[in-house]
Amino acid sequence: MISLQQIKKSALVALWFVFLTFPIMVIRVNTIEDVVQWRWYNILWVAIGSFVLSMLWAYMLEQRAKSGRRRKVVTRKEVTADAPLSERLRARLTEPRVRNRSFIVIGILAVAYPFVTSMYQTNIMITAMMYVVLGLGLNIIIGLGGMLNLGYIAFYAVGAYTYALLNLHFGVNFWLALPIGAALGGVMGILVGIPVLRLRGDYLAIVTLGFGEIVRIVLENWNSFSNGPQGIANIPRPGFFGVKMTLPQAMDYTYFIVIGLVVFTIFVVNRLEKSRIGRQWEAMKEDDIACQAMGIDIRKAKLAAIALGAVWAGMMGVVFAAKTTFINPASFTVWESIIVLCTVVLGGMGSIPGVIVGALVLILLPEYLRAFADFRLLLFGAILVIMMVFRPGGIIQKRRKAYTFETQTADSSAVAAGQSTGEHE
Amino acid sequence: MVLDVHDLTMDFGGLRAVDHMNLNINEGEIVALIGPNGAGKTTFFNCVTGLYKPTAGAVTIHAPGREEETITALRPHKITERGLARTFQNIRLFQNMTCLENVMIGRDCRLQAGILGAIFRNRRTREEEEKDIHDSYEILKKIGLTRWVNEVAKNLPYGAQRRLEIARALATEPFLLLLDEPAAGMNPQETRSLVELIRRLRHTEDISIFLIEHDMSLVMTLSERIYVMDYGKLIAQGKPEEIKHDPVVIKAYLGEDVLAEA
Repeated sequence: MISLQQIKKSALVALWFVFLTFPIMVIRVNTIEDVVQWRWYNILWVAIGSFVLSMLWAYMLEQRAKSGRRRKVVTRKEVTADAPLSERLRARLTEPRVRNRSFIVIGILAVAYPFVTSMYQTNIMITAMMYVVLGLGLNIIIGLGGMLNLGYIAFYAVGAYTYALLNLHFGVNFWLALPIGAALGGVMGILVGIPVLRLRGDYLAIVTLGFGEIVRIVLENWNSFSNGPQGIANIPRPGFFGVKMTLPQAMDYTYFIVIGLVVFTIFVVNRLEKSRIGRQWEAMKEDDIACQAMGIDIRKAKLAAIALGAVWAGMMGVVFAAKTTFINPASFTVWESIIVLCTVVLGGMGSIPGVIVGALVLILLPEYLRAFADFRLLLFGAILVIMMVFRPGGIIQKRRKAYTFETQTADSSAVAAGQSTGEHE
Repeated sequence: MVLDVHDLTMDFGGLRAVDHMNLNINEGEIVALIGPNGAGKTTFFNCVTGLYKPTAGAVTIHAPGREEETITALRPHKITERGLARTFQNIRLFQNMTCLENVMIGRDCRLQAGILGAIFRNRRTREEEEKDIHDSYEILKKIGLTRWVNEVAKNLPYGAQRRLEIARALATEPFLLLLDEPAAGMNPQETRSLVELIRRLRHTEDISIFLIEHDMSLVMTLSERIYVMDYGKLIAQGKPEEIKHDPVVIKAYLGEDVLAEA
C-alpha cells in the first residue's frame, strides 16, 4: 500500500525535478522583445507529473520484488494454472499446435507485407530485417559467447565493401558476393579475435570499439582503395537471372531475399545454440576458468563465437550495399554498433525471439515515433531505461532447457507405486 | 605411479609460492596435501592442472594403459583430456546452467561433434547428443543428484553444489581426481557422506584421488598418505599416524610456543 514515507519521498522527487527543469520549463527568453517570460504555471505540471511517475515507479518496483523468481526450470506440462501470467502465456505459446499456427500466420503476413504496404514501408521493413540478422549475429558473440563487442559494425563494413569493390573491379554479382562477404566477415572476426582472446569485459569492449573505428577511418582515408569519404556508387541491386526490374519490384525482391536470409539465420543460430558448441559458449560465459578445467578449449570456442557472429554481419553488409546502391564510411559509425548492441540487450541476451523483437522494436519504433520528431531520441532513451530497470533480462528472456527422462519417470512411478501399496497394508 | 611431480617451483614476481615440491601418487591411492593457510597448496594444484605455468620443474603422468607423459605447462583443457580432473576451493559451477548441463560440460571433451554437425544435425551428432544426455544422467545418479537434474546450479543446497562439482569432474573420465578442499563449509553430516562418496568412487570408478583439505578428521580418516606444505616447501610426508605426531607439522600448524610448552 501507499505509505506516508513513499509520499514524502515522491514529494522530494517532485521538488528535485522542479528544480532541475526550472531553467527550461519556467524561464523563456524572448530575444525579439528582449524580455524574460516567467512561466510559473509549468512548475505545477512538472511537480504533479514527476510525483505521479515516482509513485508509479515505486509501486512497480514493489510488484517486481513481490513476484520474485521462479526457481526451477519447468517443462511445459508442469506449468500450473496458478503460475504467473507470463509463465502461462509462454507455456501456451510453446504448445506445438499454437506455435505452428502462429508460424504460419507470421509467414503469411511476411509474404503479404510488400504487396499491401507502400514501398516506403517495405524499405523500413527491409532495414528492420537486416537488423534482425545483425542482432542475431551479435547475439552469438555477446549473448552466447559473453564477449562484449562494440565494433561489430566493422564486419558489416567488410561485407559491404567486399561487394562494392569486387563489383567495381571484377563485376562480381550479388549472389557470388554474398558468400564471399560472409566468409571475409568471418575471417576478419578471427583476425581480430586472436589478439583479444585474453581480454575480458571492459577491456574487450574498448579494444573492439577501437577496432571498429580503425576500420572506418581506414576506409575514409585510403582513397586509392575505397574511394574515401566519397564512397562507392552505382552498386547493382540483387539480380534475378538478368530480369529487368523497376524500383518497387527490386525493392520487393530485396525484401524477399532478406526474409529468406532471416529465416536461414534463425535456423542456423537456433541449431548452434542447442548444440554442443552452444553449451560450451554458455559455460564459457559463466566461468571460463572452470570451463578450461573441464577440458574445453576456450580459445577455440571464443574464436568460433566471434567468427560465426561476424559471418552474419559480413553477409548483411553485402545486402546493405546492394539495397542502398551506394556506400561510404559514414554508414559504419560506432552509433550503428550501439544500435545493434541495443537490439540484443533490449530484446533479451541469448534469446532468439528476444533479439528479433528487440530489432523490430528498435528500428520500427523510431520510424513511427517521427510524429514526436524532437523528442524521438528522448523517448527512446526513456524506454530503454525503463526496460533495464523492470526487465533487465530483456523483453523475452532466455529460458533454460529442461530435459525429461524415461528413467526418471519410471523411478518416480515405481516409488509412487510402492507408497500406495504401503498405504493399503 | 600415476602422477609424479618433480622439483616444481612457482614464482609470482619475487614471491616463491611453491618451492621445489616433489610429490607422487600411486594408482588407486588417496593422497592428501595439507598445510596452513597460504602454504601454496592451491597454487600447487593450479600448476599441476595447467592453470598456472610453473617456473621450473616437471609434472609427469602415467595413465593406466598408456605411455608416460610430461604434461608440464600444457594448457588446462589438454591436461583434462589426458585424464586429470579437478574441483575448486570456492565452488566454480556454471551457476545459471542446470545440473545436467553442468555435467554435460564435463563430458564435452569426450565428444566429437563439430560446428557443421551442429548446423546439419546429422545422425551421428544426434546420437552422440542423446548418449551424452544419458551418460550425464547416469553420473548424476551415481553421485545422487537426480532430484535436481533440471535445477539451476545456483539453487542447489551447498553440499549438493560441492557434490555436483565432483560429478562434473568425474564426467571428464579422469584417472586422477584432484579435489581442492571438498569439505570446506560442510557440516559434519555432509562431510561424512562426502567421505563415503570419495571412498566409493575410488573403487567403482577405479581412480586415484588427490585432495587438499583443512578438515583434519577427514584427512586422517580418508587419506593413505599425506604431504605437508608450509611456505611453499614440503615439510613432511608419510602415513596419517606419522604426520599426526610429527613435531615439524605440529610446529607449522600451532606455532613454536605450543611445542615449547608441551
